[in-house]
Order: sequence, then C-alpha cells, then structure tokens
Amino acid sequence: MNYSTLALTLLFVFIPIILSKTLNLGLEKDTIIATIRSIIQLLFVGYILTFVFEAQGLFYTFLMVALMIGAATLNARKKGQNITGITWKICLTLLTVEGITLTVLLGLKIIPATAQYIIPLSGMAIGSAMVLSILFLNRFSAELEAYEEQVELILSLGGTPKQAVHRQLLAAIRASMMPTIESQKTIGIVQLPGMMSGQIIAGADPIQAVLFQLLVLFILLSTAAISSVLLGFLSYPTLFNNQMQMIREKFHTVEK
Amino acid sequence: MKTFSNPAIHFHNITLKIDNRTIINNVTGSFPEGKITTLVGPSGAGKSTILKLCNRLISQSSGELYIAGQAIEHYNPIDLRRKVGIVLQSAPMIKGTVFDNLNLPRVLQNSSLSTEEAVSILADVGLDDTFLQKDASSLSGGQKQRVSIARTLVNDAQILLLDEITSALDHNAVKEIENLILHINNKHGVTIIWITHNLQQATHVGHYMWVLMDGELIEAGNSNLLLHSKNKKVQLFMNGGV
Repeated sequence: MNYSTLALTLLFVFIPIILSKTLNLGLEKDTIIATIRSIIQLLFVGYILTFVFEAQGLFYTFLMVALMIGAATLNARKKGQNITGITWKICLTLLTVEGITLTVLLGLKIIPATAQYIIPLSGMAIGSAMVLSILFLNRFSAELEAYEEQVELILSLGGTPKQAVHRQLLAAIRASMMPTIESQKTIGIVQLPGMMSGQIIAGADPIQAVLFQLLVLFILLSTAAISSVLLGFLSYPTLFNNQMQMIREKFHTVEK
Repeated sequence: MKTFSNPAIHFHNITLKIDNRTIINNVTGSFPEGKITTLVGPSGAGKSTILKLCNRLISQSSGELYIAGQAIEHYNPIDLRRKVGIVLQSAPMIKGTVFDNLNLPRVLQNSSLSTEEAVSILADVGLDDTFLQKDASSLSGGQKQRVSIARTLVNDAQILLLDEITSALDHNAVKEIENLILHINNKHGVTIIWITHNLQQATHVGHYMWVLMDGELIEAGNSNLLLHSKNKKVQLFMNGGV
C-alpha cells in the first residue's frame, strides 16, 4: 500500500461527511478534524517507530513508552478532576500495568526484548488501561452522585470511609471491566480483532496471528482488572477528610 | 455498652462557614440529658446542620462543641457516630431486606444481628417479624421511617438525632411515630433532638425547644416558649411571616 492508494480510501471519510450534512448531524467538522489528526498522529508515530526500530536502543524504547504513559495520563485525568492527585494516581496505575505486563512478557521470555515487540504491546496495554481508567472514573463519579445519601448513611452509622463507598467502588470496578470481558466472549465470531487482521493482511501465518492476538487479549484482561481496582483504591480516600467526613464538592460531577 | 457519664450536648459559640457563607452563626446552647428538645425554624435556618455537627458528619469552623462534657474532637468519629445516632429525613434504605438494613450497623462492626435481636428491635418500633424478610424498597414511607429508627437503635445510641422523620407521613403514622419516640425516651432515657416543621408537634412532644433562624439560635427554652415569646422574630415565624 502506498500514499496514492491511501488517498483513495478517503472515500470512506466522505460518506459520513455527506450523510452528516444531509441529515444535519453537525458532525462534519469533527469528522474532518478526526481524520486530519489521525493522519498526522499515525504518520508521525510511523516515522518515530521507524527511527526507534532502526536505532535498536532500549533507551528510545523506554522513552517511547514513557511518552505513551504521559499522553494517556493527560487524557484520562480530565475525567477525574474531583479526585485529589488524580494525575499521579493515573500515572501510577499505568506504570503498574506496564510494569506487570513487561515483567511477565520479558521475564518469561514470551517476547524478545526489542522495540518491535515492546512498543506495540505496551501501547495496547497502556491504551486499554487509559480507556478503562476513563470508564472507571465516569462510573465512579456517577455512582457517588447517585448514592451520596447512602454513603452518608453508612458514615452516620459509624462506618469507615471505605465501608461507605464499598458498593459504589465495586459497582464502578465491575462496570468498567465488563466491556473487556464481554467483547472477548464474542471475539472471532462477530469480528476479527484489528491486530490479528493487520498481521494476516501483512502476510503472517493466521495461527501465528491468532497466538499473538490471544496474548494481547490476556494482557487486556489483566490490564482491565489492575487499572480499575488500583485506581479505585487509590481514589476513594481522597473523597473524605481526616475526620471521616465527606468532602461534598467531590461527590458532585463538575463538567470541566 | 459504653455509657456517656453525661450525654447532653453543649454548643459554645459555634459558627460554620462554607465558601464564605455563614450557615451557623455563633450558636451557644445546650441539649439537656435524657430529654426531648425540638428544633424549629424556617427552611434554611440551619436545623439539619446542627444535627450533623452533633455527630460530626460536618465540623464547625469555630467554637467548641461538647458531648457529655468532652470536646467532640476527643472522640473517635466512628465511636461518636454509634453513640450519637441520626435518623435521616429520607430514611434511605440499602438494597436488600429489612433484616439487611437492621443488620447494617453490625456488619460495619464485622458482626451480625441475631434473628431474635432483630425481631425484638422491630417490635420496639411497632413492626412484627413478618417484615424481616421483606424487600426494604417495597415498604411504605412510614414503615421505612420505623426501620430507619430501628436501624439507628441497633447501635444502642445514647443520643438520637431526628431530622423531620414525620414530615412525609399521614396523621395516624405521625401519631404512632411520636408515641414510639416518647416510648424510647421514657424507657431508655435516650436524649432526643428532633427537627420538626410541625409547631404543634414541637410543643407537645418536646420538653425543650430551640428556635433557629438564618443560622442563629434566636430563642431556647421550654417547649411552650412559642406561645409566650416576646421575641419579634419568633412571633413573625409563628405567624408565618418567615
């Protein structure tokens, strides 16, 4: 595939723009911005990756992973503005996810320690943890707002802050993990995963592509559990002061 | 059971400010031990805030608050909230049966209520044992309020804070709840602080009364003070002017 054939695929972008204009959906500008951003961002990453792969140095690989974690943290933290120290909490969560993923993959020699393997797999783990963190924070905020009275009830009966938000915390963890688990149940039946399809198109043996896809799925499952549980347990104490009182403004979602 | 040597609550120059807004303004006064004190005043007067200060769901910005003669900061918040129980106006129920709700204070202490204890506590609030396995969300407003009171009693509260617990009930249910609270006060000597909008109720159920307006305690005394007060603000409140 080259740039001129890629240019032809822009037809797929014109269709939603025309439909949006015809039906007054008001999505033309966003579609165009999304298209331009994806072209620039992916080409930029493509050139960076080419450089990193050719350099074959672990320094560049880890720099790349650090950039991914930084960008993912900045993106996810917008959803948790009411949680004190949300930036470092998300950063720690992503670092933990990445640390566990690489420890297992490299420690057990499942993949070689090269940029070609570390960067794409890290990207998938960090990206998934970022989405999971956003899902968790959205749901946790909604649960706290909806059940503020129950949180106060448990405190008033002599419960600890952890007991007071226990149900809301578990509900948010469960809700953020469910899409990952559910999508894995139908994988391969409803759709072929993007990474596996990409490998097959690029000429890889389908069984090899499946093995790698399964590896990714297992990483994502672990990522889902680690990120929502860790972020949950790091977040809830900041909702209360040292008198075990609710900090009211943190129980109300503020659109920023 | 830990007992307060003197379960009265004393406010000394208590002020609460939130975002530069004065919610409670320099309140000084006491709630006598073993008696029922009613809190009356227009909406937004700070009545619910007074109750939440008493069991430390919120803390004052300045002034001293004493529970049984000890500064409130002296108590562990968890111990304090078990001894100074609050019954919330909306009687929130957790998901599950009436037993699950009654058992909640015990679960929070990693123990469990026996069926016999639950039946006995339910009887105290005028409900029979058939209620134990009922879904709490299916109860009527009056029944929820009784379960809510019973749930607070599980902690053997020495002081009971009642936040407009009869405001959503019909006449008969109001009478039953009033009798129940009087019974708890008589039988167990529990100190009761009761917010009500119903001035008749405030006069006949309470021994003492506080009248609050705009976060200030404008009058405190016997429960019939509303009838004899010379305070212009109290008279205005009585006549529905505020």
